[in-house]
Amino acid sequence: MRIARRTFLSSAALGSGVLLSGCDRLGANEDFRKLLSLGEDANFVIHRSLQSRMALAREFSPEDLSPKFRENGTRRPPGAAYDAHEASNFADWKVSVEGLVDRPQSFSMETLRTMPARTQITRHDCVEGWSAIGKWTGVPLKRLLDAAGVKSQARYVVFHCADMMNGKAPYYESVDMIDAYHPQTILAWSLNDKPLTIGNGAPIRLRVERQLGYKHAKYIERIQVVDDLTKINGGKGGFWEDHSGYEWYAGI
Amino acid sequence: MADVESLEASAVESKGGDLVKRHRLSTRIWHWINVVAIFIMLGSGMMIFNAHPRLYWGHYGGNFDPAWLELSRFPGWATIPSTYNLALARHWHLAFAWIFAGGISIYMLWSLFNGHFRKDVALSKAEVAPSHLWQDIKEHAQLRFPTGAAALKYNPIQKITYSLVLFVFLPGIILTGMTLSPGLNAAFPWLVDLFQGRQSARSLHFIFAACLVAFIIVHVILVILAGPINEIRSMITGNFRLPKEKAK
Repeated sequence: MRIARRTFLSSAALGSGVLLSGCDRLGANEDFRKLLSLGEDANFVIHRSLQSRMALAREFSPEDLSPKFRENGTRRPPGAAYDAHEASNFADWKVSVEGLVDRPQSFSMETLRTMPARTQITRHDCVEGWSAIGKWTGVPLKRLLDAAGVKSQARYVVFHCADMMNGKAPYYESVDMIDAYHPQTILAWSLNDKPLTIGNGAPIRLRVERQLGYKHAKYIERIQVVDDLTKINGGKGGFWEDHSGYEWYAGI
Repeated sequence: MADVESLEASAVESKGGDLVKRHRLSTRIWHWINVVAIFIMLGSGMMIFNAHPRLYWGHYGGNFDPAWLELSRFPGWATIPSTYNLALARHWHLAFAWIFAGGISIYMLWSLFNGHFRKDVALSKAEVAPSHLWQDIKEHAQLRFPTGAAALKYNPIQKITYSLVLFVFLPGIILTGMTLSPGLNAAFPWLVDLFQGRQSARSLHFIFAACLVAFIIVHVILVILAGPINEIRSMITGNFRLPKEKAK
């Protein structure tokens, strides 16, 4: 019996060691990673079928606000151009809407701030695991899209940002048309009743409340309506998707 | 269903030394799916935890907020993958979550259907009598394992432990995991209320995982003490050699 126990223990230890290093080897294989990501693809399909299109993320009351809202990702876009925008209090910052639209156009910050706004107190969930609750005010993306007139073949909305993540590549993100038209999807210019700070994406950032933090692009300059993501930058629909293999659908 | 009949028949007639049918096919398949799925879920879960090794209670919680638990990162030899890679750990975790949750769902339905819960796991009135429980605790403490036909049935402590695992830890870990999803939060707001917030759910997810690890450790120790070859064979082929009755 003692031999059986020893055999069992050593084979269990050996087995888990082999399994763990086997997992590393499997994880290094691109086809296997594609197989694994089927799990997350399934999440996207299931979430979209469980949520109604308009199902709202929870909205909280002012007492629920995080005492301090963490600045994450890029804290400050590089370059003299951004410095000049900061110096002029973003008076000349423009957000263009282009691509598959009938009337491509640019919106100044003044216009964006005077358009009918939505205010929402929501929870921001980072892929790392932490959450912070903040009060956001901004213009629903739908208003910009409607003003520009989205063509029928449009499938995604891409947000091009002024920041370079890790000095590597320009940050960008994208959502499908369901999230683009969702009532809580706003271009926020205010956090907790103050103009957006530089660390949080001044002068304007995306809120897409049913997804994780990396989808919430900051420092937005250009909004592009497309039918295909594969031709843009790395082709996976966002900076982290291209560079780290994060899922494009970040609802989980 | 031959499985079930032989199980019941052997419980009546068998004696120490007999080779008998002990575990149903559904239980055996599910057990080994879980060995793989839970191994991967724990390894990748620890890597995901390493991305932010602090736990909070309530709806929010981050670096500026008080954590009720702060750990150092789990070592690379225990995590999947072994080096820091949050994206890949999430691929592993969220793919095997389907296998894990799918497995338990089918097993639960099947066990309701074939009477496994009712016949093998549910505690009888006599078993929950304090004197009976106390007797069982004493026997466990002395590492005296049941022999003969008695070894075919779960004893009360096993039944209580398996019930905790089946009906609290496993569903708990799945539901708290689902609560971490902002997408599912919008679909099922009641889940967030049930656990009093996403960060509470994250804490509970970790606590349930720790409970499962504790269960697995005790489970494996008991398998080793009770005779690993016989026990593991019974979970593979279903056949179990009943321990001989002790001479009175």
